[in-house]
Amino acid sequence: MAEQGKGGFFSEMFAPVGGFGVTFATMFKKVYTEEYPEVKRPTRPRFHGRHQLNRHPDGLEKCVGCELCAWACPADAILVEGADNDDTPGGTGRFSPGERFGKVYQINYLRCIFCGLCIEACPTRALTMTNFYELADDNRADLIFTKEQLLAPLQGGMSAPPHAMAPGMQERDYYQGKVSGDGS
Amino acid sequence: MTVTPEKSTAEKSPQQPQSPASGADAVPKPGGAEAPAAKPPVDMVELTIDGIPVSVPKGTLIIRAAEQIGIEIPRFCDHPGLDPMGACRQCLVEVAMPGPPGPDGKPGAARQMQGPPGRMKPQASCTMTVAPGMEVKTQFTSPGAEKAQHGVMELLLINHPLDCPVCDKGGECPLQNQAMTSGRPVSRFEDIKRTYPKPINISSQVLLDRERCVLCARCTRFSDQIAGDPFIALVERGALQQVGIYEDQPFESYFSGNTVQICPVGALTGAAYRFRSRPFDLVSTPGACEHCASGCAIRTDHRRGTVLRRMAINDPAVNEEWNCDKGRWAFASPTVGDRIELPLVRDAAGELQVASWPEALAAAAAGLRGTKSAVLTGGRISVEDAYAYSKFARTVLHTNAIDFRTRQHSSEEAQFLASTVVATGPNGGATTYADLEAATNVLLVGFEAEEESPIVFLRLRKAFRRNKTVVTSIAPYASRGLTKLGGTLIPAAPGTETDVLAADAAADALSGARNVVLVGERLASVAGGFAAALDLAERTGAKLAWVPRRAGERGALEAGALYGLLPGGRPVRNVEARAQVAAAWGVADLPTDVGLDMSGIIAGAAGGGVTSLLVGGVDAADLGAQAAKALEKAFVVSLDYRPSSVTAYADVVLPVAPHAEKAGTFVNWEGRTRPFQAALSTTALSDYRVLDLLADELGVFLGVRSLAEIQREMSALGAWAGGRYHRPTTTASLVPQPAPGQFVLASWHLLLDKGSLQDGEPFLAGTAHPARARMSSVSAAAVGAADGDVVTITGPAGSVRVPLEVTDMVDHVVWLPANSAGCRVSDLGVPVGQLVTVIPGGAS
Ligand code: SF4
Ligand code: SF4
Ligand code: SF4
Ligand code: FES
Repeated sequence: MAEQGKGGFFSEMFAPVGGFGVTFATMFKKVYTEEYPEVKRPTRPRFHGRHQLNRHPDGLEKCVGCELCAWACPADAILVEGADNDDTPGGTGRFSPGERFGKVYQINYLRCIFCGLCIEACPTRALTMTNFYELADDNRADLIFTKEQLLAPLQGGMSAPPHAMAPGMQERDYYQGKVSGDGS
Repeated sequence: MTVTPEKSTAEKSPQQPQSPASGADAVPKPGGAEAPAAKPPVDMVELTIDGIPVSVPKGTLIIRAAEQIGIEIPRFCDHPGLDPMGACRQCLVEVAMPGPPGPDGKPGAARQMQGPPGRMKPQASCTMTVAPGMEVKTQFTSPGAEKAQHGVMELLLINHPLDCPVCDKGGECPLQNQAMTSGRPVSRFEDIKRTYPKPINISSQVLLDRERCVLCARCTRFSDQIAGDPFIALVERGALQQVGIYEDQPFESYFSGNTVQICPVGALTGAAYRFRSRPFDLVSTPGACEHCASGCAIRTDHRRGTVLRRMAINDPAVNEEWNCDKGRWAFASPTVGDRIELPLVRDAAGELQVASWPEALAAAAAGLRGTKSAVLTGGRISVEDAYAYSKFARTVLHTNAIDFRTRQHSSEEAQFLASTVVATGPNGGATTYADLEAATNVLLVGFEAEEESPIVFLRLRKAFRRNKTVVTSIAPYASRGLTKLGGTLIPAAPGTETDVLAADAAADALSGARNVVLVGERLASVAGGFAAALDLAERTGAKLAWVPRRAGERGALEAGALYGLLPGGRPVRNVEARAQVAAAWGVADLPTDVGLDMSGIIAGAAGGGVTSLLVGGVDAADLGAQAAKALEKAFVVSLDYRPSSVTAYADVVLPVAPHAEKAGTFVNWEGRTRPFQAALSTTALSDYRVLDLLADELGVFLGVRSLAEIQREMSALGAWAGGRYHRPTTTASLVPQPAPGQFVLASWHLLLDKGSLQDGEPFLAGTAHPARARMSSVSAAAVGAADGDVVTITGPAGSVRVPLEVTDMVDHVVWLPANSAGCRVSDLGVPVGQLVTVIPGGAS
């Protein structure tokens, strides 16, 4: 009884502020609040973010327009249309090594669930995922990303397609890593 | 492990979605074997496959027998339409044959077929026929057969580039599928693959990737056996074996697209469909081809509102599994960029201006009201559209001046059609494809099968190869098509066909047990031709069939889009027939005037007797020399979907739907209905719908608002059972007598030419035969021109300049392709059978 009474006394004494215990205690703990968007913390390296269509070192596109990514996608978020690389004079030009390239490429981020199955499906490693996650908007149209938006930016040594394959090189040399950025 | 065959079938060969492109049968058919149609009782053979007893006709291949009980043996070279070859060895099975009879006379125990004693020798099931008591074990029950198939697949893949991601066949490829069902998971081949430059053009339309080829010889067998154009062959041996082109021969096949369809890998692909899509993107619609009266069943594949390709569907009664390149690839004309989407009305300044539908209908109605109207439907419309034109002419315009024959025609032809052709069909004993195949003798009169009705040609070729059918043609020269039919020519200058038909040679050509005479549209240019053909058919007991060139002509005839006929073949002159139609249409009476045929309509319009014209999809060049004057003078309402030589003169243009955007029915030359669905759903209206709106505007309820409504009305009317028109009577032939320097003009349309439905397909146009004038060596010498020289052929309206090809043909005749690049016969201003002059020289 006495112990109970003693406990009862303290409980009664702190009862009015008892509910703030956690609050007071937390004031002296480490702060976890993300200062987003002022402070952007990097994601884990393998975070599934926005896709990117990669390029060969000379700027030609890696995508061959095969639609395997579209086929693999469980959310039906990808639309691809292939076309013929035509580097005859007066033709529409060459965008990738080999015969075929992806002419139309769209990913609908209203549908994408960031599962990464498309990345697994891609036979040329054209499609990879970046860590970029700021994919919110106030309208549908802007969330359907087109090929221009998804293509990786040109790096040093790259030039924008259409252009010919590196001199003396064949399609397979691109995959064997024989083509470097300066176009040789 | 024991597995029941049914179970392992389900496990190992899941029903793959099969499209015609996969080289499979386009429509699953039981057994895939040639259906033995009502033949005398056949010897049946009993055998077991995977332990399941099966009884099949003698001579059946093991692979077909297995199909009948649902066992699928992997295969590449085997194709039911081609002769067995055994080229790919993928179909290996284990076979045991009954041993020699014992003392009791019963066959001994089954003994496995062996190579070296004690070792099973797998057998190719696609070349081996069944035998009584045979025991076949497929991959489902024989580990040996399975191992053999895995081995063959591994060898096939050694030099295969495995470039499925950039291959058009990916997703519908028998090699992909069977590598999964019957292949090893991993290859043991580590060396460098043999490579070839890729792709190479077999023609402007067909591309060959030799790395992917599995050397099944389907393509070469098709070209050789079915089409008769052996333009490709397997060359070299061993690892270097490949499909090669005959370099010295120009590639000239009208059927090359079929090789693309039956190639079991992506070695042969079409340029037009190159990299355009994947099978899982495509939405397929069954339909019928709009290009000719053969009536091929086709499948239209579209993606995102664009038709990307068309394939042949297997219809054993009609096109079997084939179609022609025009039917396969000529579908781009509505998308060349000049579609008429909105109505056009000519303004005061004489320019066509876009108008709203109500405005345009009001303008059309105002122009038609109270005038003397006539209707030209063209030969390319569906039977429902033709019915609407027919009803519109009779009930709204109150005239019988309607004709579908926008080409050379004659009243004799109309009489022939009304007396002999209309309201007949396969069910009523009319000539069919099967009759062609079974015929002993076929006579072609004014008809080039390969150019005008390619599937009739293929069936005749099959008859020639399989049944030794004797084909004879009455024509100015032996065309390539006739040569491929092993046919004989009865040479005849245009106009002389009548006399030739009356002569003994024609009757001699029909001396067999089952004779067929096929007449084409060209006979309409010959005075007395149809009567003579009818006489001949009566004399020899031959069946007689009319094979028009355009897909809609037969349907238009049945629907009454011809001046003397009401729907169902009812003669306009017959009171009873008129009463039936008037009752069905809910009108008090129908016009009783004689009506006008196409040339009468044009002459009337040029002369002022006809003051307004309602014109369907027609090219002014087909309307004869006075066309421009007639179209200029009359008030013209044109229903079309692209600007044409008629819309150029039209006062009101009402847009209608092209083939891919409408549903309906064609009637092929046999009289068989060929329904088609709309592949694309757009807002474009079919002709009947536009006519209904126009009739409303004119204050008449036409009652053709939907296909169902028209079809109901047509079937309620049915075919006419009463008396027919008299058949044309025999008349003397009119043969022009050429003076020196003059020649009789002979001409017909080539399959691939400048027809507007073929626009927008440069790859296909690249395979069209070049325009050449043809003359005999005597005629050529008379004008002083040699083979290859350019000659100028002149008629009253103009001239054409084309290179000359000296041909073994009748003298005093010059032949020209009717509408090929650089040679349009309508520019001459004379019909076939009339005189033109030929002089050497002139820049072509
Ligand atoms: S990440 Fe998944 S859902 Fe998103 S596009 Fe790729 S496959 Fe589709
Ligand atoms: S991104 Fe990769 S998988 Fe997708 S179409 Fe391009 S190459 Fe094919
Ligand atoms: S090209 Fe195709 S059809 Fe022809 S042999 Fe090769 S695999 Fe067979
Ligand atoms: S399918 Fe039998 S050998 Fe090719």
